[in-house]
Amino acid sequence: MLKIKNLHAQVEDKDILKGIDLEIKAGEIHAIMGPNGSGKSTLASVITGKEEYEMTEGKILFDDEDLDEVSPEERAHKGIFMSFQYPIEIPGITTTNFIKTAINETRKAKGENDMPAKDMLKMLREKCDLLDIDQKFLSRSINDGFSGGEKKRNEIFQMAMLEPKLAILDETDSGLDIDALKIVANGVNKLKNEDNAVMVITHYQRLLDYIVPDYVHVLFDGKIVKSGGKELAFELEKKGYDWIKEGIK
Amino acid sequence: MVHLKEKLLSSFIAFENQKDIDSYVHGIRTKAIKNFEKEGFPTKKLENWKYTSLKKTLNHDYKLFPSTTEALEFKDIKDFLIDDIESYKIIFVDGKYCSHLSETTHDGMDICILSSALSQSKYDLVIENYFDKISKKDGITSLNTAFSSEGSYIHIPKNVQVDKPIQIVYFSTGKNESVLYQPRNLIIVDENSHVEIIERHQSLSENSTLVNSVSEIYCNQRSIVQHYKIQDDNKNASLIDNTFISQQRNSDYTLHTFSFGGELTRNNLSIFQNDERIESTIKGITIIGENQHVDHNTLIHHKKPNCNSYQDYKSIFGENSVGVFNGQVLVEKEAQKTNAFQANNNVLISDKATINTKPQLEIFADDVKCSHGCTVGQLDKNALFYMRSRGIPEKEATALLMYGFANKVLSSVNIPEVKTRINNIIASKLGVKMGFDI
Repeated sequence: MLKIKNLHAQVEDKDILKGIDLEIKAGEIHAIMGPNGSGKSTLASVITGKEEYEMTEGKILFDDEDLDEVSPEERAHKGIFMSFQYPIEIPGITTTNFIKTAINETRKAKGENDMPAKDMLKMLREKCDLLDIDQKFLSRSINDGFSGGEKKRNEIFQMAMLEPKLAILDETDSGLDIDALKIVANGVNKLKNEDNAVMVITHYQRLLDYIVPDYVHVLFDGKIVKSGGKELAFELEKKGYDWIKEGIK
Repeated sequence: MVHLKEKLLSSFIAFENQKDIDSYVHGIRTKAIKNFEKEGFPTKKLENWKYTSLKKTLNHDYKLFPSTTEALEFKDIKDFLIDDIESYKIIFVDGKYCSHLSETTHDGMDICILSSALSQSKYDLVIENYFDKISKKDGITSLNTAFSSEGSYIHIPKNVQVDKPIQIVYFSTGKNESVLYQPRNLIIVDENSHVEIIERHQSLSENSTLVNSVSEIYCNQRSIVQHYKIQDDNKNASLIDNTFISQQRNSDYTLHTFSFGGELTRNNLSIFQNDERIESTIKGITIIGENQHVDHNTLIHHKKPNCNSYQDYKSIFGENSVGVFNGQVLVEKEAQKTNAFQANNNVLISDKATINTKPQLEIFADDVKCSHGCTVGQLDKNALFYMRSRGIPEKEATALLMYGFANKVLSSVNIPEVKTRINNIIASKLGVKMGFDI
C-alpha cells in the first residue's frame, strides 16, 4: 500500500529525513518510535503533503502511485489520513459541518454524488456510538475549547467517518490520560481490518499496549536504524533510546 | 466636486417650487440646503473621513432626477428580495414609488411612503415631532434633507407585533445616465411594538449611481426593532447610508449590516440611548475584493445609566479592496453601569488589501464596563492544511475557514430565509458552491 524509498526531506533548508525506506501493506500496523527530533512528525507531514516540507530525494508510492506533486486533499481522497499531534481549533465550523464537507468533497473528487442526508446522519450516529461520543459534541466548533482528550477523540471520530486506507496516528497518545487512551485505542482497533493499515507514531511504548503493532521501527537522526516486531518496543522501554544511540556509534 | 455641489444648489429652487412652500418641511429643507452650501461634501480633511475619499465618486455627471422610469416586473426584482417569505414591501424604482410591486398597509399601522406622509395633514403632527429631529447636521445629511421627498414611512402604533417583515428596496435602472438618489426613511415604532425591517439599495444598470440615503428610526419604550441592511450592489454603484436611531427606555434595537460592495459604501450609523435599560446591538459582515471600499462609521451614545451596547464587525478583504472601521462609543458622566462591548476583526487575504480600524472610546462615567478589541490577521495556514488533509480542496477550505470566521454575526439573525440568503451570497463571494448551513 505505502512504499517509501530512500526518502530525504527538508524543512527551511534543514535536512530532517536522510534516507528512509519503509513498506506498509494492507492489514498491517507499523509503529514508528524514536527520540525527540528524530524526524517522526516530519515523516508523517511529508506523507500527507504539508507544503513546508520539501522532498529532496527518493519516492513515496501509495498504491503504486507516486505522490510527488499530489496535493494534500488529493492524498486524502486516495485514502491517506493523519491524526494530528496538535489538532487545530477552528471556531465557527461545527464538527458535523466539517466532516460532511470532507466526505462530500471526497465523493465529488471520485465523481460520486453527495451522501444522502439520511445516510450521513446514520453514519454520524454509528461512529459516535463506536467511540462513545455524545452527539452534542458534534455541534460544537471543531476542537474549539476542547480538552486534549476530546481533541484526540475527535481526530479518531473523523478517521472513523472518512474510513481511510492508511491512518497515520501522530503522537495520538500525547496529552491523554489512561482512560482516554483506552477509548482512542479501542476505537482504532475497531476500525482496523484486512484492507487498511495503521502507522502509529509514538514516543512511548504505552500506546502499543493497546494498539499492538506488527512491526516497530526506530527512527534516529532521520533514518530508520532498527526494525523488529512488537518486542522491540518493550526493549526500548526498558533500555531507553540511549541504547540505540550507542549501538549506532 | 465643486461642479456637483453647484449643480445641486442651483437646482434646489426649481425642486422646491414644485412643492408646497407653505409646509412645515419647506422650512427644514431651506435650512438644510443652506447648511449644505456651507458644509459641502466631506473631504479627507475631516477626521471622520480620513480614510474615505469621495473625490472619485463625486466626479460623475450625475443627473439629480432620473429622466425616465423603467417599468419593472416582479421577475426583474425577485432576486433582490427575500422572496421566499411573506412580507410587506415598499419598492421604489428610479426614486419613484412602485405600487404594483409593493405591498403596503394602513390597517392598524402605517407601512407606506414618505411623500404621502409629507403631503397629508393627518400626518402633520408626526412629521413635526419626528422628521429631521435626530439626523446629523453635516453636509451630506443636510443635502439629503434638502431634497427629501420620497422614501418609506413606517409608523407602528403601540402594542403591535407586525405580522411579517417589511422589505424596503430601492432600485435604479438608469439605462443611459448616472443618477444621484436621495431616499429618506422615517420609521417610528411605538411602545411595546415589534418590527423587522430588511433594507436594500440595488442598481440594475452598469452606469454609475450614487445613493445618499438617510433613515431616522425611533424606538419608543419597550419596542423591539430588528433591522437588516443587505448591501450587495453592482460594481459602479456607491452608497452613503446615514442611519440615525433614537432609543427610549427598555427598547431593543438590533442591526445587521451585510456589506459585499458596490464601488464605495459608507455606513454612517448613530445610536442615541436617551433613557435607561436600553439594548443596542450592531453587527456586520463585510466581504469585498477588487477595488471595492467599505467604511463603517459607528457611534453609540450612552446618555443614561444601565444600558448595554454590543458591536461585532467581521470583515474579509481581498485583492485591492479597502476597509475602514471607526467605532465611537461615547459614555456620558450620567451613564453609570454601562456595558459597552466592541469587536472588529479583519482578515486580509491579499497583500494589497487594506484595513484602517480605529476604536474610539470616550468614557466620562466611572462605573462602567467597556471593552474593545481590534484584530487584523491572515488566513491560518495550519488550519488550511488541517482541512485539506481531510480532503477539503484548498478553495473550499479557504471559504469554510472564512465562513467560520464571520458566521458568529449570523447567530442573531432571526429570519432563517435571511440567513440562508446571506450564506448563499457569502458562498458566491468566496467563489464556491457550498451550503454553509448547520
